Amino acid sequence: MTQVPSSNGGVEQAAEWLMRRQPAAPAAYCPVDRPAKMRIEDFGAAFDGTEVLRRLNLEICACERLAIIGPASGGKTTFLRSLNRLNDLNPGFSKTGRILLDGKDIYDRAMDVAVLRRRVGMVYAVPIPLPWTIYENIAYGPRMAGVAGRGRLDAIVEGALKSAFLWDEVKDRLADLATNLSGGQQQRMCVARVLALEPEVLLLDEPCSGLDPISTAKIEDALLELKSKYSIVLVTNNTKQAARASDRTAFFLMGELVEVGPTSQVFTNPTHHRTADYITGHFG
Amino acid sequence: MKEKAIHVVLMLLAFSAIAALAVITAFIFKEGVPIIAKVGIKDFIFSSDWYPLEGQFGIFPMIVGSLAVTAGAMVLGVVLGLACAVVLTQFCPQGMVAVIKPSVELLAGIPSVVYGFLGVVILVPLIRDYLGGPGLSVLASSIVLGVMALPTITSISVDAFQAVPRSYREGSIALGATEWQTTHRVILKAARSGIVAAIILGMGRAIGETMAVIMVAGNTLDVPHSLLDPVRTLTSNIALEMGYSAGDHRQALFATGVILFVIIMILNSIALTVSRRRVRKGAAR
Repeated sequence: MTQVPSSNGGVEQAAEWLMRRQPAAPAAYCPVDRPAKMRIEDFGAAFDGTEVLRRLNLEICACERLAIIGPASGGKTTFLRSLNRLNDLNPGFSKTGRILLDGKDIYDRAMDVAVLRRRVGMVYAVPIPLPWTIYENIAYGPRMAGVAGRGRLDAIVEGALKSAFLWDEVKDRLADLATNLSGGQQQRMCVARVLALEPEVLLLDEPCSGLDPISTAKIEDALLELKSKYSIVLVTNNTKQAARASDRTAFFLMGELVEVGPTSQVFTNPTHHRTADYITGHFG
Repeated sequence: MKEKAIHVVLMLLAFSAIAALAVITAFIFKEGVPIIAKVGIKDFIFSSDWYPLEGQFGIFPMIVGSLAVTAGAMVLGVVLGLACAVVLTQFCPQGMVAVIKPSVELLAGIPSVVYGFLGVVILVPLIRDYLGGPGLSVLASSIVLGVMALPTITSISVDAFQAVPRSYREGSIALGATEWQTTHRVILKAARSGIVAAIILGMGRAIGETMAVIMVAGNTLDVPHSLLDPVRTLTSNIALEMGYSAGDHRQALFATGVILFVIIMILNSIALTVSRRRVRKGAAR
């Protein structure tokens, strides 16, 4: 990603390169001490006029795991789906404010939505295997992005499955229907499918809500492993999971960001009493 | 006791529908098969000489006519019908669907004689003036039948598209596929068997249509050599000659019906197997 611009690359490319290199975030925003990958500025969202997110300001740093917790209908999923413009599929959606990815507004006209969704990948709460083989499921994204050639695709599929800790379980049955996998395997396949696109940010919407503890542990292990390469945003209803598997935690309540901070601090010494109430189980 | 009576009555009612089918089939075959046996099945199907008054019954030109007209109608009907179904289910806002889908379905309610009339008055002169030939032609029939098959093809493919889980669409878009890539690689693929069924049912509609075809096809007894040649189809043959036929001639018309019946049965069983295969696959998942 950050290669030195070639001599004939032009000023624009050089500027872009510099911008990527620059740690854009003030330290107060990003306690993990890493540059911001995405910056959410005064972002608000509404469906058919009903406000679901209000004046949100948040940064997602490079190579961190950010957990988002909070009671139901607090806007967590809407927020996540705003980050790669999946809400655009809903005709009633409207937004205010900006979301920047590497300094560029993702809602700008010049942004290619398909490219954005490859850079910011999404894993749903319920695995959605497409009705094909495991191999085809994973090769689909790269194919649509224009990757061709059996050899290259084979390598991508293998790499993605290994990163999702699924390769050993399925390497002999890549030609089986993905729908025949178990729930936990399907979910890891969905993670692999997103990883095959080599995204920069990985969004997970309660990825373990339907899974048993062992599958959950496998996914959490995979996240820890993946953190070195991606920014991860994890929406979860399970506060224990947030405590285990994140570096920073943000607490959403009724469409507003109540507080965000290092996970250890949010869980041991929250600044806001609503956060404390939620974490200790007084409501939600 | 009362329950049992109702049960019996309902059974009888249900079977009466099947009985109608059985009686019609038996009658057509009883009337038609002897003449096929007399002429010889090979001559009946492959001979081009249809001189009923001299005892020559060859329906080859009409089989070719029916198939040519149906094929032409399918080219038009499938392209328009599928395009319409794709737009209705994938790209257009709900409000527009509420207007377009019923309008397309309304096409099915227009009497076929009206289609034929419009064909004769508007389409045939256009073809004659701009493309040549008599105007009454394979092309004219194909266009009229294509439009007539549209509602069947469109509404069945819309159902097939809607049977594809919405999550497939979103899953694919989330993986960075464009809307068109999603439609083409995911939705069309998943709905394939339903689309095949739609096409075959539309085909049945086109091959069985009589009135509109009689009005625009020209009804000559030659094998057509181009799209602009006039043709006679199996159905129009029956309708045109039934009024004055007698004896062997009348039987030969029934035999034409037998051939038509067999063709339609073949199409329908293909449709059934295809849609059954979809159900079985669905269960396996």
